Amino acid sequence: MTETQVGRSPFDPQRDTLFKKELVTLIPHLRAFARTLTGDPTAADDLAQDAMMKAWDARASFQLGTNMKAWTFMILRNQFYSEKRRSWRQSQLDQEAAERTLVAVDDPEAPVALDELRLSLGMLPAEQREALILVGAGGFAYEEAAEICGCAVGTVKSRVSRARRALQAILEAGAYDRDGRSAGDAMGSILADAERLSSLR
Amino acid sequence: MIEHVPMEDHRKGAAALDEARLRQQAIGVKLRQMFDEVVNEAVPDEFLDILRKAEPPAGEK
Repeated sequence: MTETQVGRSPFDPQRDTLFKKELVTLIPHLRAFARTLTGDPTAADDLAQDAMMKAWDARASFQLGTNMKAWTFMILRNQFYSEKRRSWRQSQLDQEAAERTLVAVDDPEAPVALDELRLSLGMLPAEQREALILVGAGGFAYEEAAEICGCAVGTVKSRVSRARRALQAILEAGAYDRDGRSAGDAMGSILADAERLSSLR
Repeated sequence: MIEHVPMEDHRKGAAALDEARLRQQAIGVKLRQMFDEVVNEAVPDEFLDILRKAEPPAGEK
């Protein structure tokens, strides 16, 4: 090791170690966010790995101590949309991915309501879906979600509220894309499940 | 105007609001559950392998 690598040099091994440690703790969250964006577990892991490496390569530009979760989510989201723009076949792929995911999560033990929630989420416009996921599941404040999506706080608020209303309406009407399967009572099972989960706490 | 709403309708409105809130809460619980299911999955080794290979340990160049 040379002396010039220590201290304020961009190749600071101590800083890199700290950065890497924090980045590793974020991997599960990046995977979850990627899964909601792509709808496909394999594509999601590819995306999450790309985002992880982009974050690693850009580590010198990250200020330690600031919100690394929001920063990495922003990188992942940008990566997702730039790949999407490149691929003219993407809408087709999205459809295929959604169908594969359906099969992938077709675990008879899994609560039905989750599948239906996934399908219903898939029917929302992308910007509403990501806003709802960030705020409603990812634990981000509206301000952080706005930063991640590169839009105004008010825009995020209205997207989240529209997404919530649309999701409820889709679930209540059984209007999600069921691929010929019976409608069931998605809203009913979600209510029952939520009650069960909260009584467990 | 609110004073002109008969009591009966008023109560129904309030009940509907409660019901809507309950449903939104339930959807919120399930959304978090859906997300957390993936968060709680074991991270595939690939992720750490890639990160490990990304930078040679200090001292190796």
